[in-house]
Amino acid sequence: MVNRDLLLKRAEELFDAGAVERVLGWTNGEFSYDQSPAVFSNKEDLANFVYDAFCGANLSKYLIEQTRQKKKTAVFLKGCDTFSFNQLLNEKRINRDFVKPIVIGCEGKLDINKIKEKVEGVIEDVSVEGNTVTIKTLDGTYTFDDKREFMLEKCLSCRGIAEVEDAEEIDIEHQFVSDGDRFSMVHKLENMTEDERFAFWQAELSKCIRCNACRNVCPACSCVKCVFDNDQSGVWTKAPADSFEEQCFHIIRAFHVAGRCTDCGECSRVCPSHIPLHLLNRKFIKDSNSLYGEYQAGVETDAVHPLIKYTEQDLDPTKAVAKTEGSNE
Amino acid sequence: MQRIGVFICWCGSNIAATVDVEKVSEVIKQEKGVVFATNYQYMCSENGQQIIKNAIKEYNLTGIVIGSCSPRMHEATFRKAAQAAGLNPYMVEVANIREHCSWIHKDRAEATEKAIILVRTAIAKVLLNTPLAEGESPVTKRALVIGGGIAGIQTALDIAEAGFEVDIVEKNATIGGRMAQIDKTFPTLDCSACILTPKMVDCAQNEKIDILSYSEIESVQGFVGNFTVTIRKKARYVDENKCTGCKVCMQYCPSKKGLNEFNMNMNTRTAIYIPFAQAIPNVAVIDPEQCIKLKTGKCGVCKLKCSAGAINYDMKDEFIERKYGAIVVATGFKPIDLDNFNEYAYKDSKDVITSLELERLMNAAGPTNGVLLRPSDNAHPKDITFIQCVGSRDVSGCGKPYCSKICCMYTAKHAMLIREKYPDTRVHVFYIDVRTPGKNYDEFYRRAVEQYDVDYIKGMVGKVFPMANGKLLVQGSNLLDNEQIFIESDLVVLATAIEPEPSVRKIATLLATSIDTNNFLTEAHPKLRPVESPTAGIYLAGVCQGPRDIPETVSMASACAAKVIGLLVKDKLKTNPCIALTNENMCNGCSQCANVCAYGAISYIEKEFRLGGGKTEVRRVSYVNPAVCQGCGACTVTCPSGAIDLKGFSSKQIMSEVETICKK
Repeated sequence: MVNRDLLLKRAEELFDAGAVERVLGWTNGEFSYDQSPAVFSNKEDLANFVYDAFCGANLSKYLIEQTRQKKKTAVFLKGCDTFSFNQLLNEKRINRDFVKPIVIGCEGKLDINKIKEKVEGVIEDVSVEGNTVTIKTLDGTYTFDDKREFMLEKCLSCRGIAEVEDAEEIDIEHQFVSDGDRFSMVHKLENMTEDERFAFWQAELSKCIRCNACRNVCPACSCVKCVFDNDQSGVWTKAPADSFEEQCFHIIRAFHVAGRCTDCGECSRVCPSHIPLHLLNRKFIKDSNSLYGEYQAGVETDAVHPLIKYTEQDLDPTKAVAKTEGSNE
Repeated sequence: MQRIGVFICWCGSNIAATVDVEKVSEVIKQEKGVVFATNYQYMCSENGQQIIKNAIKEYNLTGIVIGSCSPRMHEATFRKAAQAAGLNPYMVEVANIREHCSWIHKDRAEATEKAIILVRTAIAKVLLNTPLAEGESPVTKRALVIGGGIAGIQTALDIAEAGFEVDIVEKNATIGGRMAQIDKTFPTLDCSACILTPKMVDCAQNEKIDILSYSEIESVQGFVGNFTVTIRKKARYVDENKCTGCKVCMQYCPSKKGLNEFNMNMNTRTAIYIPFAQAIPNVAVIDPEQCIKLKTGKCGVCKLKCSAGAINYDMKDEFIERKYGAIVVATGFKPIDLDNFNEYAYKDSKDVITSLELERLMNAAGPTNGVLLRPSDNAHPKDITFIQCVGSRDVSGCGKPYCSKICCMYTAKHAMLIREKYPDTRVHVFYIDVRTPGKNYDEFYRRAVEQYDVDYIKGMVGKVFPMANGKLLVQGSNLLDNEQIFIESDLVVLATAIEPEPSVRKIATLLATSIDTNNFLTEAHPKLRPVESPTAGIYLAGVCQGPRDIPETVSMASACAAKVIGLLVKDKLKTNPCIALTNENMCNGCSQCANVCAYGAISYIEKEFRLGGGKTEVRRVSYVNPAVCQGCGACTVTCPSGAIDLKGFSSKQIMSEVETICKK
């Protein structure tokens, strides 16, 4: 099973051999459960290297910056990250020459918010042994025997590992793959009446504080200059003006990443207001799949996604509209 | 500070009857940025243009808005007028208050209000316009004609006559098309082959014409003046340069069961064949579905007998890439399938035939050597019933809603020819209406009725029953006598609707030109630009654009040629300056724009950018080739970063227009 020591050893070896100048991994955050992405530039730095059940963060996006600096960088890619990595290669955002990808097996990462709901007191430590999760808080020790109860939403719909060319692999046999339907919640939303659905999204999106965490973490949101940061765009000042603009922001972003979103789930993972943002993306993916055939972004590095591809078999746009509108009946 | 002038046109009463033009110009005068507004009876007239020119000079206008008809009509006129007065022609915007307003509204107050909004919208746009300059692109002085029927042949001959090189790409093994299958032509009854084959020979002998038979269009890139076309030369298994057309191979070929397409599958041919006696090129072709050698590897008789050594069983499809300045589509038609018309027993009886099949039955080179024999038993038919409008003018959904246009005339022709040749035959024609506009056309039809005593019955046929005695019972209605009638017939001929050759759909896609719901290609303007497609450099000849007969097709073909020649004589074309431009500071080089560019105008360059603090970085950014970009805007809506914009139609301009329309 993949553990810190295994990854650390490999990272140290790569530095020793002079094979890389940087290692992209995770390090401790404020608490024991908020591990953050980190760039390690030498062997000594690696003392702060962490790998545990809370390393859910997707590292692929950081390669844009690293490879632009032309520093050979080793990166640990979990299953979900492999799709993002391939998609970024597809969009020519990463210079492949400066990456040493190491694909690692992953048995699912934990969602601290789900844990907090089940236990009392300040959390001191969380440990995982097989399917058993043990949580120590200042108030006592809790043991749960089904890890899935606490897994991140994105892990519960894990699609395994995408093939990464010329990648090193560590223990990919131990990979959790979900057998559930990742569109089940989308179906539920589609079955709501228009008013119910509007109420659902209004309740969710009004929680948005426009911290931009979803945008910043999203591997598909890697514009040189985001329109919402661009004073020339004519929309940047409007964004935080009122709740309507907040709602538009997420829908605009869903359109922005449509076709390129790999459904890595990072948006929902990082949202401090716990808005299920991934559902917007999944609705787009589901519609695109039903209208233009199954497509998963990030499987191939040279794929052209259906929204920018025309084939003679493409559905007539008017029929496409009818089909998606009909999906809630 | 912008100084905008606004000119509201009455268009006679076209606009002024529904829109209060005086009020529009009065209200618009108060708009921010507007320094002059007026209205006039005909802005496009010399006087109207003079008003515009004077105002530009007098008020020192920086931009103008014309409230008039569609910009498709007069945008060019007004741009020229502006230019003549010293204003950049791209500082002109047209608010369409005719097609988009006066023509579609009845209420004067509402229409006036809408006209004001439309003019305001155009002002919002023109305030953001920037002067643009046209570029130039070279012209490849060679034309491509797709389809080698009479339309394609005539177009090619006329273009070649003017001294330009022209290629005919024909998917069949010979040129000639449908006209080659027809026996006689109305209204003069001269032999179709006799007037067509000399033209086919002319094509073959003309040094400027290259016939690429048995070939299809594989891909098309580029734009007006600069198309690059890949042509698939299908393997014919016979070397065109060696085959002498001696037909010895056909005498010895043991596979004789291939259906003869030229004779509408009414008899058979050998696996190696020349489609018909006057085929151009007069070169054999092997049908791989029928050839024993190609199917089993055992035979090879034709190769043994071919003294020219022309047979090559290993031939593969070949791809040729050529450059053209103009493309003419002349893909023609086919009769519709009769699957939806079981009531006429076409599938059940050999003696129910289509009119095109009758042409072959009456033709000296046809399956019966020109003797009219009914297919089931080779007997002379005595009673023949024609049914018109089979699948034409059909709004039930089974056939086509349009009139196929040629059927009334050819049915009169058939009826007359049969009565002339076999006077003992009784000929009946069921019709909805007889439509015979055209020089000497109605006289022709009247001859059939008056001189040849053809029995014209106004009414439709309900059903055709094959009877035990081998005859066909035609049950129909006679609307003039208001009665149901039954006619025992030996032969029933269906005037089957025509539809565009199905392959035109793919060709339209390749050429990025538009097609209507009936698969007819769309012309740029139904009255004023009938032979041009909306896509520059693409022209339409013959039935691919709509049903028409031979004289009309030939006229259209020559019109196409005139248009093509007009294009090819130019050394340079002015290019539209409203093209895409990348904002390199925002582009992240993701390549999505190149994926959607239909013209291959987008490539990528590595460019160094200053980051400040003496630092630089090299980024991959997109580059739009201004000579290739056609300004379609597909890239601008695809770019996830909003880094590409269209000059003259920037996102800001469009948003500004939308905001103006939405503003109360």
